[in-house]
Amino acid sequence: LAGGPGCDVCYGLVEDTQEKEGILPERAEEAKLKAKYPSLGQKPGGSDFLMKRLQKGQKYFDSGDYNMAKAKMKNKQLPSAGPDKNLVTGDHIPTPQDLPQRKSSLVTSKLAG
Amino acid sequence: MAGAGGGGCPAGSNDFQWCFSQVKGAIDEDVAEADIISTVEFNYSGDLLATGDKGGRVVIFQREQENKSRPHSRGEYNVYSTFQSHEPEFDYLKSLEIEEKINKIRWLPQQNAAHFLLSTNDKTIKLWKISERDKRAEGYNLKDEDGRLRDPFRITALRVPILKPMDLMVEASPRRIFANAHTYHINSISVNSDHETYLSADDLRINLWHLEITDRSFNIVDIKPANMEELTEVITAAEFHPHQCNVFVYSSSKGTIRLCDMRSSALCDRHSKFFEEPEDPSSRSFFSEIISSISDVKFSHSGRYMMTRDYLSVKVWDLNMESRPVETHQVHEYLRSKLCSLYENDCIFDKFECCWNGSDSAIMTGSYNNFFRMFDRDTRRDVTLEASRESSKPRASLKPRKVCTGGKRKKDEISVDSLDFNKKILHTAWHPADNVIAVAATNNLYIFQDKIN
Repeated sequence: LAGGPGCDVCYGLVEDTQEKEGILPERAEEAKLKAKYPSLGQKPGGSDFLMKRLQKGQKYFDSGDYNMAKAKMKNKQLPSAGPDKNLVTGDHIPTPQDLPQRKSSLVTSKLAG
Repeated sequence: MAGAGGGGCPAGSNDFQWCFSQVKGAIDEDVAEADIISTVEFNYSGDLLATGDKGGRVVIFQREQENKSRPHSRGEYNVYSTFQSHEPEFDYLKSLEIEEKINKIRWLPQQNAAHFLLSTNDKTIKLWKISERDKRAEGYNLKDEDGRLRDPFRITALRVPILKPMDLMVEASPRRIFANAHTYHINSISVNSDHETYLSADDLRINLWHLEITDRSFNIVDIKPANMEELTEVITAAEFHPHQCNVFVYSSSKGTIRLCDMRSSALCDRHSKFFEEPEDPSSRSFFSEIISSISDVKFSHSGRYMMTRDYLSVKVWDLNMESRPVETHQVHEYLRSKLCSLYENDCIFDKFECCWNGSDSAIMTGSYNNFFRMFDRDTRRDVTLEASRESSKPRASLKPRKVCTGGKRKKDEISVDSLDFNKKILHTAWHPADNVIAVAATNNLYIFQDKIN
């Protein structure tokens, strides 16, 4: 019941030739990648990817920093974001009011008409 | 295997003859992010087809009744209802932007005239009721026909309001909001066969809910390590068994599937069955774990098998055999020699879904270049089809596509380097009984039907 060459279905048995053909391109691709990024982590597909995945959506500012900055600036006027609201560097600590408003998608979907 | 021929299996000749039926969505080249379809799901009867998008909107299509005077519009899907399910939020406490993108929609079995579905984004699950209103009461005592309150002193007679027919109105209202139970991002929801409970899964935990109760949820799986540095795998998908209400499975980023039985303990951290295909250590590479990550797991309708989708293949598992899958179908093996660039452009992390047909004799999954693949388990034939505007003439048959992997490219073949990796088909759905399929190609929804149907 093994799939013959050219047929894409394998019934639980790995063809020896297919396997060998599979190794070489993948290893070649790995070599290519390591050549481009020599500092790529030793742990293949390990914690780094997963941590990045878990942290998706983390944005803008840390609330601890925000509160400390707010306390520091208590006696000063909080500088406004200025003309470019996306600029959050230097002394300016972004505040919720400064965050560029996410455009809410309250427009009917184009699938509906 | 006889008849396999040079590099291609014959298209489902005796089997399916897929034809274009409809396409929904805008034609313009500039696709707004909000319009990208993120989930597609038929209801239990197949009469309703729901889509969710990145903009948090749900659009429901209804199949038209067959009309003898217009035989060609047999079974066309037209818009039934559309509503904004989720909106963007910002969690100031955690400095987290919560996307409104609908990750999954799951229908509840129909129990009365109304339809119910669960829709979820990364953090919140909502139960929506979709109901029809075709009657309106007229002749109120306390208010005018336009709704203004009448002066009570002018009311001298009492009348009984009467119900009058009105144009059909379909209303969607949120009946339950299941919030604040997930620290990580919800990837799956699954309605139990008991029709009372459902599960929701995020990267590290799975919770069990009762459809009527929103302020409480039971944690049934928790794989969060005490020390996050020791994190090695995450949950990628979860589903309840179609008939056994105590059984569910969840897949991981390491290519394993665990089957759990809720009768054995309240916390199902210890699995009842563990499915993993042994790997040849000599073939291991940097990419091995990434491409083995399972992006979708689906039980067969029979409940005897389950199917998993990893980056390059679809595997069918017999629930009675944990050691290896009973079938492996290559989706786009030619990508193995492109893994470096697919890693660089993040495509290697794309999460493709897969689905069964109603009789479990065929399976379907998407690929790149708006291609999608279908595997017939009985005849062992497979075919590559394309969802494109070019082949969108009414009832036009879809021509099988072929990717050329090297050497001489035949006419009508496309080379691997010419594939458009931005045109990904991640979400597909198969009608529960008929040969009708829905394929989401970025911002367009294609519906194809089998000619013989």
